[in-house]
Amino acid sequence: MAARLLEVRDLRVEFRTRDGIAEAVGGVSYGVDAGRTLAVLGESGSGKSVTAQAVMGILDSPPGRVTGGQVLFRGRDLLTMGARERRRIRGAAMAMIFQDALSALNPVVSVGAQLAEMYEVHRGMSRKDARRRAVELMDRVRIPAAGQRAGDYPHQFSGGMRQRIMIAMAMALEPELIIADEPTTALDVTVQAQVMDLLAELRREYAMGLVLITHDLGVVADVADTIAVMYAGRIVETAPVRDLYRRPAHPYTRGLLDSVPRVDHRGERLYAIKGAPPSPLAMPSGCPFHPRCPRAQEVCRTERPPLYEVATADATRAFGASPGSGASGASAVSIASSASPGSGAPPAPGGRTSACHFWKDELDARDSHDALGA
Amino acid sequence: MPATPTTPSAPEPAAPDLQAPVLEVRDLAKLYPLTQGVVVKRRIGAVRAVDTVSFALRRGETLGIVGESGCGKSTVAKLLVSLERPTAGTIHYRGEDITRLSGRALRAVRRNIQMVFQDPYTSLNPRMTVGDIIGEPFEIHPEAAPKGERRRAVQELLEVVGLSPEHLNRYPHQFSGGQRQRIGIARGLALRPEVIVADEPVSALDVSVQAQVVNLMERLQDEFGLAYVFIAHDLSVVRHIADRVAVMYLGRFAETGTGPEIYDHPTHPYTQALLSAVPVPDPVARTRRTRILLPGDVPSPANPPSGCRFRTRCWKARDRCATEVPVLAVPPGATGPAAHASACHFAEEHAEVRA
Amino acid sequence: MPEPFETRYDMTEAIAPAGSGGGPMDLTTPGPQTLKGGPRRGLGRLPLPWRKEPGRRSGGPAAPTGRGLWSDAWHDLRRNPVFIASGLTIFFLVVIAIWPQLIANGNPYHGDLARAQDGPAPGHPFGYDLQGRDVYTRTVYGARASITVGICATLGAALLGSALGGLAGYFGGWWDALLSRIADVFFGIPILLGGLVFLSVVTSGSVWPVVGFIVLLGWPQISRIARGSVVTVKEHDYVQAARALGAGSGRTLLRHIAPNAVAPVIVVATIALGTYISLEATLSFLGVGLKPPTVSWGIDISSAATQLRNAPHMLLWPAGALSVTVLAFIMLGDAVRDALDPRLR
Repeated sequence: MAARLLEVRDLRVEFRTRDGIAEAVGGVSYGVDAGRTLAVLGESGSGKSVTAQAVMGILDSPPGRVTGGQVLFRGRDLLTMGARERRRIRGAAMAMIFQDALSALNPVVSVGAQLAEMYEVHRGMSRKDARRRAVELMDRVRIPAAGQRAGDYPHQFSGGMRQRIMIAMAMALEPELIIADEPTTALDVTVQAQVMDLLAELRREYAMGLVLITHDLGVVADVADTIAVMYAGRIVETAPVRDLYRRPAHPYTRGLLDSVPRVDHRGERLYAIKGAPPSPLAMPSGCPFHPRCPRAQEVCRTERPPLYEVATADATRAFGASPGSGASGASAVSIASSASPGSGAPPAPGGRTSACHFWKDELDARDSHDALGA
Repeated sequence: MPATPTTPSAPEPAAPDLQAPVLEVRDLAKLYPLTQGVVVKRRIGAVRAVDTVSFALRRGETLGIVGESGCGKSTVAKLLVSLERPTAGTIHYRGEDITRLSGRALRAVRRNIQMVFQDPYTSLNPRMTVGDIIGEPFEIHPEAAPKGERRRAVQELLEVVGLSPEHLNRYPHQFSGGQRQRIGIARGLALRPEVIVADEPVSALDVSVQAQVVNLMERLQDEFGLAYVFIAHDLSVVRHIADRVAVMYLGRFAETGTGPEIYDHPTHPYTQALLSAVPVPDPVARTRRTRILLPGDVPSPANPPSGCRFRTRCWKARDRCATEVPVLAVPPGATGPAAHASACHFAEEHAEVRA
Repeated sequence: MPEPFETRYDMTEAIAPAGSGGGPMDLTTPGPQTLKGGPRRGLGRLPLPWRKEPGRRSGGPAAPTGRGLWSDAWHDLRRNPVFIASGLTIFFLVVIAIWPQLIANGNPYHGDLARAQDGPAPGHPFGYDLQGRDVYTRTVYGARASITVGICATLGAALLGSALGGLAGYFGGWWDALLSRIADVFFGIPILLGGLVFLSVVTSGSVWPVVGFIVLLGWPQISRIARGSVVTVKEHDYVQAARALGAGSGRTLLRHIAPNAVAPVIVVATIALGTYISLEATLSFLGVGLKPPTVSWGIDISSAATQLRNAPHMLLWPAGALSVTVLAFIMLGDAVRDALDPRLR
């Protein structure tokens, strides 16, 4: 099997703080192939952004520090690479889109010049050619009257337009991988839809891999192929998007799904996960979710659950039935988070995993839940 | 969900007065002048943040106001709690126009209309203990609680919002976002107000914590008979909590009605587009939904379009929309749940759009 | 909260579920006595029906007494070694400024020309100056003028500056514009030239004209900092929240804005204190500040400057005292600023 576009293996990140060392990311593994979208879903503090920063090599260190694992980009480990080589890959082959476009753009340089700079620096183009390419790019991300607006400054654009400019900057060198960290969180719903559509379209057109980091279960449902749910610095569940929403195999995922109010039907009282996420300085023993988990047993307090492979007759059927994912199965997105260091190999593509001792019960519970609802 | 069964489902403003409204807002408008110059300020225009907004709120009822950023919904909140003075229009609290009040009279009214803020990280003074924050309402309104009882009142408030009374001497930064929002709610509750204006109270919270706070607010409404003005950009949360909903666009209400009327039978094109754009956390349901992608962005409120303010992004726009401002009224010929107020010349249900 | 600092975010979440103990809270004394009238009497007629079932009552004997920012800050400072060291130093300096004879029984004016510029001798550990006066005695006696100028000028400039700047920032409008322009005018005055002009007309040799002059030129800097700080703090939601509760301007300013806006003022003021002591020295050197026979570090430093090569001890001791003083005040300012920020505890 050819090397995957991006494969993260057992990545660990620590933060040094005044109050001690906090393990922000504790052994995360995931992978994405060209042309696919992996969504990393998690709340604030789950380590989803830190993982992405470590992958991009833009982790603030100190206080952050990668303490273990591998980040393989086309089979080459970025973490052991020289700083120069890594910088070259970072600019040209992988790019990142941030949540806050206004602070990610230089306020005193016109957007056209900022885009052109990418070509001048990385491609050695002349100023004139670079400018022309910049306008083309702005056009490509559907900024109206791109030619006239290239001279405008970031604050003169609306939030949605600024996010398009961010996307244009990320796209400028036609990277193979884009990591988008909450790209639409700051935007209004109507604009959110436009920007997500644009991202999806560009991903298809350029056959890029997309890692979408978000807390929004709705956005994920719209665009992702595969979802990795993170909690307290670890992946707790991975699944193809439809399976995850239909039958979550981890109580945390289930809690999240049940606690979101839905615009398409008015529910009774919302289900609320009790408590708050743990601090990386005071991780609970055993399963980090056990203090908040309705399913917690004695074993959950003492034993950290490994990532179990979730096998359901149902899931297999779903996969066989879908010709698209069946054919591209070998190159589909696959993910894993390993509980024990070293065993970083992701499971069979398209497979599901869950870091819950009682994943089977959780799956069945969802079935009966559905049956009751129907 | 509290209060739903007793809430009359007729649209605003023609509500039958089964109960006199606690809060009645008429033609509220707020203009922010745009000025130029440092020493001598020249007026070069005005931002019409809120433009002739009217609604009524009954005891124990929740009015949801939804809209995108810059639509003026936060300004409405500030006007309601008298943080800003309206340029025009009236706000009647129990029959008294509070926009004209000042000094002692205003302070008395403020006891009854309280606010919960969006960002629990900035709405609590970082240099005050939780006890001082929740106790401050009593210091400002000494008549609300005798001095000796205040401490206990604060502890009870903490308990009411689900926090430990022993946390009195802690500072806000020692709490998580959800707990901070509970503190903010306790502060808003301290004076036993009748109306709480909540400006995006859960938007800054994590998903798993949002539900806790929404449930808390519902419980408190039942317990204390509160009326909420719940302002949010998140249509899903508003659907969950609100009895009646107003959709706001560029300073005006585009459509008002009960939850089912707005969410299941929207007649204004903006509401339809908004609803269709909401991401639904269900990949199966999403394939059933039609999406309307609106072109462009919200125009600047400093220079709003003539006529109907939505016309620059509307697929139904005709010449008439540019010249004639549509009134917020029940569209002629509408029947059943579609018969609710909608500010569109061509209001009608879109067969495929519903939440 | 933006995502990239997730971990920091968590630090705050961390402490919350940790239960009721922990940290500085442990030392709170239980105090039911603060509930005036006793818990029993209140039960029946409590006018605050928070709960439908009145039986559920929180509080009780375990209820901790209230503590505020200032008592918490003081509690924190008392255990801070930086504060203790700098506080003791400053206390010592103030004491010798008031009673220099406590540690120096010589006469600062008594000179013995035969011993001019001599090094340390028994009973005269710091040596002698150009006119054979004892450097140790003069350094001790010099503290009075220098400390007076430093503390009074800083206090004056800080109070005037933060009051004017804070009010301007809070109320805004034409008053703000006017004040900013006036501050600009004072900024434009070159300090030394201004000193030469203003102070040359003053004949008194006392410290007060110098203090007055420094306050006059020093307040705009503080006022600018205070104004900016207040403008930033004013925008915060908690200030809006206080206003929505009906808090008046006084309460809003004192309870909400001042404690949150004071940190930069403290930093700038403590740094300015060092500058002001040096400024006094400079002015004295130029002959318009303090005049002999007043003893001050500034006068001694300036007269020693010319003798640096043949008698470095003449410069070393007064300059050293000046440095220690400035350092002590800066450290004190740092400690106070940190203590006033509960997030740093």
